[in-house]
Amino acid sequence: MKLKKLLENIEATVLSQKDNIDSIEIKGGYVSDLLSDVLGNAKKGDVWMTIMKHLNVIAVASHTEVSAIIFAKNIVPEKTIIEKAEENGICLISSSLSTFELAGILFALLNSN
Amino acid sequence: MIMSEFWYYRESKEPEAKKFMENKPEPDYDLSYSIGERDFVNTGKASSEIKLALKRLGVDNTILRRVAIAVYEAEINVTAHSRGGNIIANIYDNCVHVVFKDNGPGMKDINQSMEPGFSTADEMIREMGFGAGLGLPNIKKNADVLHIESQEGANTFLELVIFYE
Ligand SMILES: Nc1ncnc2c1ncn2[C@@H]1O[C@H](COP(=O)(O)OP(=O)(O)OP(=O)(O)O)[C@@H](O)[C@H]1O
Ligand SMILES: [Mg+2]
Repeated sequence: MKLKKLLENIEATVLSQKDNIDSIEIKGGYVSDLLSDVLGNAKKGDVWMTIMKHLNVIAVASHTEVSAIIFAKNIVPEKTIIEKAEENGICLISSSLSTFELAGILFALLNSN
Repeated sequence: MIMSEFWYYRESKEPEAKKFMENKPEPDYDLSYSIGERDFVNTGKASSEIKLALKRLGVDNTILRRVAIAVYEAEINVTAHSRGGNIIANIYDNCVHVVFKDNGPGMKDINQSMEPGFSTADEMIREMGFGAGLGLPNIKKNADVLHIESQEGANTFLELVIFYE
């Protein structure tokens, strides 16, 4: 599924990789705020939904090859983190929804295909 | 019983891995890094650069992912749990061997540290998103060889090997 389709169904702001957003594919999702849990369980192509916004999320997203990070509850990381994401080709998104709502919507969309 | 040494070999790689560990041949080249205590900003450099070096060698993507995750977890542990240390990555044409040495204070019981969920992380480490007690299990899951030497009051030595196929 295209990430774009998810974005049409949630209230979201794209923070980085705006130019590439149309081409990003997603295969699943993972919800966690514990970085080692994400490193051990998130799959390539997942959307990672979290409220964790420290710098280390960029390395974790890069190493796990998730398609995007969606920050819930309007969380926006610091500017330097957004810049680092841009540099590393990591797509960051901020949404007003909770991780519960985001995961529910993504789950329904993936299973309706 | 408290052990000050831990060894793990992935069963499918055991013969060639043991041969490698016994001979420890000269690497084609190496990369080295130093890690500062609680320096969460620069930690991650080693795993990213080692991954890139192997990518240039044409190493398969699933292997690159395993190397990046294992090395990242180990470098974060040096940052989070020790007084700092250093990393050397020995690059070969069939595997990578990465060695982490820190300046203590060591682990009380390595077997306990290896248990999923065991963590001594303090508030600051948890705020950064670490402290689930899953880092060492993740390293074991991704490595073909994992060897740790540590005891309370001493330095921690950790080495891992990952073969390219
Ligand atoms: N280099 C080290 N020096 C001293 N103690 C360590 C070191 N590495 C790990 N430990 C000890 O082992 C425990 C478990 O490590 P592990 O990486 O599995 O989990 P964690 O770092 O606490 O949390 P997580 O990795 O899930 O973020 C640590 O909490 C710490 O007590
Ligand atoms: Mg850890």
